[in-house]
Parts: sequence; structure tokens; C-alpha cells
Amino acid sequence: MNLFATIRSHPLTWIILVSVLLAVVLSFASPYFFTVGNINNLMKQMSIVAILAAGQAMVIITGGIDLSVGSVLALSAVTMGWLIQAGVDPVTAAGCGLIMGTFCGFLNGFIISRGKIPPFIATLGMLGVARGMALVITEGVSYQVLEPFFLFIGNAKFLGLPIPIYFVIVTYALVHVIMHFTVLGRHIYAIGGKERVARLQGIKVDKQILKVYMISGFLAALAAVVMVGRLAATPPSVAQGIELQAIAAVIIGGISFAGGRGIVLTALVGALIMAMITNGLNILGISSFWQQVLIGVVIITAVWLDNLKRSDP
Amino acid sequence: MATPSPLVEMRNICKNFGGLQALNDAHLDLYPGEVVGVLGHNGAGKTTLMKVLAGAQTATSGEIRIEGQKVTIKDPTDARSYGIETIYQELALCGNLDAPANLFMGREKNKWGFLLKREMKRETEKAMSKLGIRIKSVDSDVEIMSGGQRQSISIGRAVHFDAKIIIMDEPTAALGIEESKKVIELICDLKSHGIGILWISHDIHDVYNYTDRIVIFHGGRNVINAKTEDFTQNEIVSMIISGLPIIKDAAK
Repeated sequence: MNLFATIRSHPLTWIILVSVLLAVVLSFASPYFFTVGNINNLMKQMSIVAILAAGQAMVIITGGIDLSVGSVLALSAVTMGWLIQAGVDPVTAAGCGLIMGTFCGFLNGFIISRGKIPPFIATLGMLGVARGMALVITEGVSYQVLEPFFLFIGNAKFLGLPIPIYFVIVTYALVHVIMHFTVLGRHIYAIGGKERVARLQGIKVDKQILKVYMISGFLAALAAVVMVGRLAATPPSVAQGIELQAIAAVIIGGISFAGGRGIVLTALVGALIMAMITNGLNILGISSFWQQVLIGVVIITAVWLDNLKRSDP
Repeated sequence: MATPSPLVEMRNICKNFGGLQALNDAHLDLYPGEVVGVLGHNGAGKTTLMKVLAGAQTATSGEIRIEGQKVTIKDPTDARSYGIETIYQELALCGNLDAPANLFMGREKNKWGFLLKREMKRETEKAMSKLGIRIKSVDSDVEIMSGGQRQSISIGRAVHFDAKIIIMDEPTAALGIEESKKVIELICDLKSHGIGILWISHDIHDVYNYTDRIVIFHGGRNVINAKTEDFTQNEIVSMIISGLPIIKDAAK
């Protein structure tokens, strides 16, 4: 096949071009943008949203949505903080946090597939429940986490790159493999394409949906590990509204909200673009109030361009 | 001539949707190498009966035997394990996936959960060429293919997995004349290989010419179960509409 045509039509091509363009513009706008310090900073800033966006992308490709990731992140973080406070060693605490996140995802998936409750509503419920539980457990206070294990994850570098970036790389590598090389991934695309057909063809739709929400919950807890490392604390109000950023990253990446279409890796670039906008505006000294405006505009533009591209041929 | 044992026997099948009785004591037989036309209005119960056999719905009560063995069909996977394949009217394809993904949907070839893509692609190409259908590239998404190509994937799916029983829900409804002819040729070919075919339709024209027997449903009940040649097309139409059997002289 024509290599050029393949590259041209690949969903990653355009979004990578856009992000490179943005990087070039920002480099000209501020000499500080393209420095090692700032790039590291940028990667750290983007890592949490990027990890969440990977799970969110999988969910959206099934035709669902997960509004609860921010709250699940908080509940997982608080779980870790509470256990550490109680004298549990940090690795076990992190493990329990991951289990907590996965369990929340399990509840989401269970309610959606068995209870036949739309994902928007089920995860909206979980958004409230998980955040509320985080507040109940802590009674509203933030635990301090000064364990070297977490501080290492939040602040150390390996081969010149901040540790959170390795979390991002491993997450996307695994999710990419799941989506494109395994039966589960194939089923996710089939369910997002036409759920009824998937059912008729013998796909265990409920079981696979359950797995997807569990993965999303697990990744929210993984993001919590990074978050705790960076903050050295577990405020129960952490990551409020971050689910919208994760969803925005997925949309900017060009993954269809209707389901069945798109590549998870584009969500990573989407997260990168959003982080660059925030970071760039900070460097340029533009009010952070404008960032939200700009990101809103970018989301709508991204979808609009995507529509134009699709109706083009 | 010895009568072979039936491939499918459905006995006293009842199906209720809430208060609505979609099937009331429905019966059906299918013998190897036989094409049976399943006829009736919309809502007559024919599609529901087929869905029960295909595992898309479960009967409220009744008995299904496959090759004499009593079986329980809870879901499409059960049905497939008994060699029952279904070609749905709307073809039941995912437009966002390519031909191999659709052909193997729900039973992907895999090793430890990892897809064996190349093998599935090869087998898809083989299956398509066996049906005499040329598809430029099986890698294209199904939604950009023509109606005939999509139909061939849907049929290829049924044929590829060594079906003994094929349920066809209006297989020619969405097709042009050429493509319909191909489907009918294929039905004849499958029949000659001893496969039993249930052909659902409410258009009796083709059904009349190519089926051995007809089963007519009306209001969830059997109207008649007879050799196609015993009736004229007009008589069949009148039974579909009225739901009343026409009693023929047994010693014709």
C-alpha cells in the first residue's frame, strides 16, 4: 500500500502535527518554553491527566463515559494516605489504593452492565459516592505523605526523565496492546460499533464492559499514586474536575464520542496539547482564567475539524 | 426411502414478553438438506421463533432437539456450538471493523487472548473466494463495502464455521437482482451439502420457488406445516393473511 496515503490517513498524524506546531509557536513566543526544566515540568503536569485519559479513551470507545475518575483518584489517594498514617508500609498502601480504584471501577461496570443504567448516570453517581467517601474517611483533613517511596515517584528522575512519565509510557503501551492485539480490545471496538450486533455474535458484552470500567478505575488509582507523590499529601478534595480534562484530552485526540472509533494513543497527544496550552500561557504570563477559555475553544475546534475531515472525501 | 432423523425439532415453544404471548405452542422441524420457508406477517412470531433457536432470546417454555438430542440454548454461543448459524436481516455487522473482525466476531482466533490476525485474514480471504465473492481488500472497514459484499461476509460467517443449520432472516431483502440470485444459488449449494436451511420471509415469491416445505405462523401459532408444492402461491398468501389453514384432500 501507498505509505504516504497510510501516513496521511492515520489518526495520529494530524494531531502530532498540531502538537509540534504548538510547540514551535510556544518556543518562539518564549525562550524559556523549550528548556529541559520546562519540558520536564510539562511532562509532570501532563502525566496525571494522560493516565486518566488512557482509561477514559477505552471507556469512550465502548460508547460509554466515566465521570468518576477524579473522585476515584481522590478516594484511592485518601486510602493510601489513611493506611500510611496507620503505619502500613507505603508499597502495601499503594497496592490497597490500586485495589480501591479497581473496585470502584468494578462497581461502575457492574451497575452499568447488570443494572442497565446508562454510564453517564452510573458514573455520575460514583463521582458523588467516591468523593463523599474520601471526605468521610478523612473527615475533610489532608494526610501528609513523606514516605520516600512516594516522594521518589513524584520527584525523582530516571535517565533524565521524571518518573511519572514512565507511568504514562507503560500505561499507554499496555493499553495500546490491549486495544489492538487482544480479543478484549477487538470486543471493545465491536461493542462501541454496534452493541446489539456484538451481543448477537456471542460476545459477552457485560463481562467485557465490566473489565473496561475496572481498567479505568485502576488507572485512576495509578494516577493517584503519582498525585500523592507529587503533592506529598492526600487532600480529599484533590483532582476535582479532572475528569473533564481527561475527557477533553480524549476528544482533542479525535476519538469519537459515539464509540467504536479512534486510537487511544491520540488521547496522549491530546493531553500533551492541553498541558502545553496551560504551560505556555503560564510562561507568557497570561492569566490562568484565559486558559479555560482557550481549552474550551480548542475542544470545539478539534471536533469541528474532525467533522470536516470526515465529510471531506 | 428412509426418512433421516430431523436436524431440528422445536416442540411446544412458548414465549411471553410481559403480558404479550409472542409464541404459543409453536412447532418446527428441519431435516438435513432441506430448505424450509418460515412465513408470516410482522409479529406473527416467526422471527421470535428463530431468535429462540439462534439463542438471541430464550423461550418461556418448550423443547428443542438437535439431531435427536434435547438441548438448552441460552445464548448465541450455545447455538453455535450446535452448528446453528444465523444470517440476520440487517446482516449484524459492525461497520467500524474490517471483514475478518466481523467474520470471526465472538470467536476470534487467539493465543492467550492475543489475536491471531494474519490467520484470521487468510481464512477470511479463503472463505470469500469459496463463495465466489471478490473483495478488493478485506482490510477495509465493512461500512464502506457494497450491500452484496456485506451480505457475503454475513453468509461467509455462517458457512465458514461448518454450520449444520442456517437461519436466514430475509437474506435477499436488501439486495439487487444479481446479488439475490447469488444468494439463492448459494442456498441450493448448501442444501446439496446436507445443510438444513430455515428461510424467513414475508415475501413468498422466491420462497415458493426454492423451498421444500413451508411453515406459516399467525399470532404466534402454527397455521400449517406442509410441502410447498401442495399449495399455490395464492393459497399460501391467503393462509398468511387469514391465519386459517386450507385443508387439502389427503389422497390427492
